[in-house]
Amino acid sequence: MPADSMSVTRLLYNLRFRAILYQVLAVGSIVLLGLYLFSNVSQKLAEQNIATGFGYLSREAGFVISQTMIDYKPTDTYGRAILAGIVNTVWVSAWSVVLASILGLVVGIARLSRNPLLALLAFLYVEALRNVPLLLYLFLWYALIVTTLPAVREAWEVLPHVFVSNSGLTVPSLIWTRAHTIIIVALVLGGVLAVVLHRRMTAERIRTGKDRTTWPWVAFALLIPPVLAFLIMQPEFAVSLPEKGRFRLTGGSQLTPEFTALLIGLALSASAGIAEIVRSGILSVRKGQWEASRALGLRDGLTMRLIVLPQALRVIIPPLTSSYLSLFKNSSLAIAIGYPDLVMVSNTTMNQTGQAIEGIAIFMLVYLGLSIAISLFMNWYNSRVALKER
Amino acid sequence: MTTATDIAEAQLKMPVRRDPGVERRLFHRTLKPLIGTPVNAVITLVCLWIMWLGVKGAYGWLVTRAVTEGGAQACKVGQGACWPYYEAKLRFMVFGVYPYDEHWRVALAMILFLGAIAISMIPRFWSGKLLVFWAFVIMATGVLISGGVLGLSYVPTTQWSGLPLSFLLSAVGLALGFPLGVVLALARSSKLPAIRVIAIVFIEVIRGVPLISILFMASVMLPLFMPSGITVDKLLRAQIAIIIFAAAYIAEAVRGGLQAIPRGQHEAASAMGLHYWQSMRFVVLPQALKIAIPPLVNISIGFFQDTTLVTIIGLLDFLSTVRTAMTDPNWVGIAVLEGYVFAAVVFLVFSYGMGAYSRFLERRMRLGYD
Repeated sequence: MPADSMSVTRLLYNLRFRAILYQVLAVGSIVLLGLYLFSNVSQKLAEQNIATGFGYLSREAGFVISQTMIDYKPTDTYGRAILAGIVNTVWVSAWSVVLASILGLVVGIARLSRNPLLALLAFLYVEALRNVPLLLYLFLWYALIVTTLPAVREAWEVLPHVFVSNSGLTVPSLIWTRAHTIIIVALVLGGVLAVVLHRRMTAERIRTGKDRTTWPWVAFALLIPPVLAFLIMQPEFAVSLPEKGRFRLTGGSQLTPEFTALLIGLALSASAGIAEIVRSGILSVRKGQWEASRALGLRDGLTMRLIVLPQALRVIIPPLTSSYLSLFKNSSLAIAIGYPDLVMVSNTTMNQTGQAIEGIAIFMLVYLGLSIAISLFMNWYNSRVALKER
Repeated sequence: MTTATDIAEAQLKMPVRRDPGVERRLFHRTLKPLIGTPVNAVITLVCLWIMWLGVKGAYGWLVTRAVTEGGAQACKVGQGACWPYYEAKLRFMVFGVYPYDEHWRVALAMILFLGAIAISMIPRFWSGKLLVFWAFVIMATGVLISGGVLGLSYVPTTQWSGLPLSFLLSAVGLALGFPLGVVLALARSSKLPAIRVIAIVFIEVIRGVPLISILFMASVMLPLFMPSGITVDKLLRAQIAIIIFAAAYIAEAVRGGLQAIPRGQHEAASAMGLHYWQSMRFVVLPQALKIAIPPLVNISIGFFQDTTLVTIIGLLDFLSTVRTAMTDPNWVGIAVLEGYVFAAVVFLVFSYGMGAYSRFLERRMRLGYD
């Protein structure tokens, strides 16, 4: 008997055994918890007569989405409605990222300006945006747009055929046809060709040491596909001009107040964070770099562009990634002001079908997937700008 | 005869010779950055113009155009800030639907809580006694807000609202998220693969999705996961979501601190015969947490602001009561800006205060006081 308990004690003090024991306990308790929750859920669902599975995705949705980037009508399926929501989320996030990056770069540089007034203004901008919740700003921008702008009937015509009213900004739009899409594709193709050609020719130049002009060839590669596509497709450039009717504006395309408020809110709040990131990135570049650059005779603007920013980028990219990711996740606040993003469409779907688990699972997976995609892309970009050490 | 006194007097009468550099230095220090180059002069002018517009607008709205007397009708006509609105609605905006006669209880609880935070911010008081003090503060605020004992009437959680609710959600979220976050951070840097994977999946999933989705999970899905017959209070569900969300972010901040501790510290602790928990408790964590304090304060600021999201699942937090006040039939459509400006100022004061504190801590650490 004592020998037995001895061996048990010895086993318990064996580090290998303990490591395995801990892991088995951890995994086991999680599995047990999962099983327990699963049994609760299936019992509840059976009691409340809630359907399960993703079959509802192919049923008719029957609700209206106020604005979509892809074709969607209430007779389409839930799956298509959710897809429209995803596209809306990506659309507003993408534009916000662009706006926020430009604003953030400008404000971040302004904060370091030697002009004290400019630096002060940039400081106030950043603090005012960082210390007040984004949701409050969204409500505020939305309220300002809806209450202070005139009704559609009295829409301001700020430029010819550009109307501002409390139902948004209405601008002339091109009537889009297949021919236009093909030309855009050709333009992208030309761009890719030009980049490839430029790389090849630069490599050739470095290898042979012969200085040949490359730009006419590159320009040629860039322009040929779109020009060809243009000549073949013969597109029509019909423009839809918004006109002020008696009660509403007809024609043109519209930026809704929801979209505008969300865009401004997301872009401004992210730009404050980005400004701080840019500032610390620039400060991380050593003073000697500035001095050396000045000694070479470069002006401040050129020093910033050619010497400091490329080095600062290495410090900037990793936190910038998390800043973009949080902007993307914050776009889910759209539901608060009624922009039909993924969360809002999923919410409507859940209310109609009662299938909360599936609905939440879908949008969590989409966010997770897109978050991972963004961080992979930014990691790839980071590895490109990172210092290449021998 | 010239004496020393005469010479001194003569010297006094001589024109004062100023340091020739003073004017130039004045120019270089103050004026050159402002008007040194034409571009800079233009920037200065534009900045002055923007500041002038801002100050004029704010002053006009708050003072000259402000409506100070009368009721909703006067404000409807007026173009400026509506002070009567604040008089009428301030208590509702701050305390929400908490029973009117019991407002002193939440007010007292809030003073107690903010006072305790202020005391905890002073490095001199950082000791074990602070934990005992906090235990007392938590009990006292709990009794004050919830009631049901000591002759205080019971107030159900559905009536907890306004600024106290925002403080409660963020403070409890951070206080309970912190230990969970530390455990997660330790698990993530554990040598045991299964435990590490569990921690990584948990942290990355939570950080990869928006807070709203977790709040939705808590408000819509959690009831389905509970055994039949057990219902969880709505406030508690939101609180659980916030704790879990906070834990994932705190875990990453703490992991940053853990990574900054050199291996030698772990090895030295083992050499002293300390086992894992002892070496973490006495050697590694005290150093790692100290390094993690500034990012943790930043996370706290973020969470205080993020608690506003509970308004989307229908809890009456501060932003929500401010918005509800606007929909009062007497005031609807009149005092929208007033409400938001008030809420923004409150958030600005607390967040900026915490941010300034975080910068103070960082400076202190750099100077090596700790």
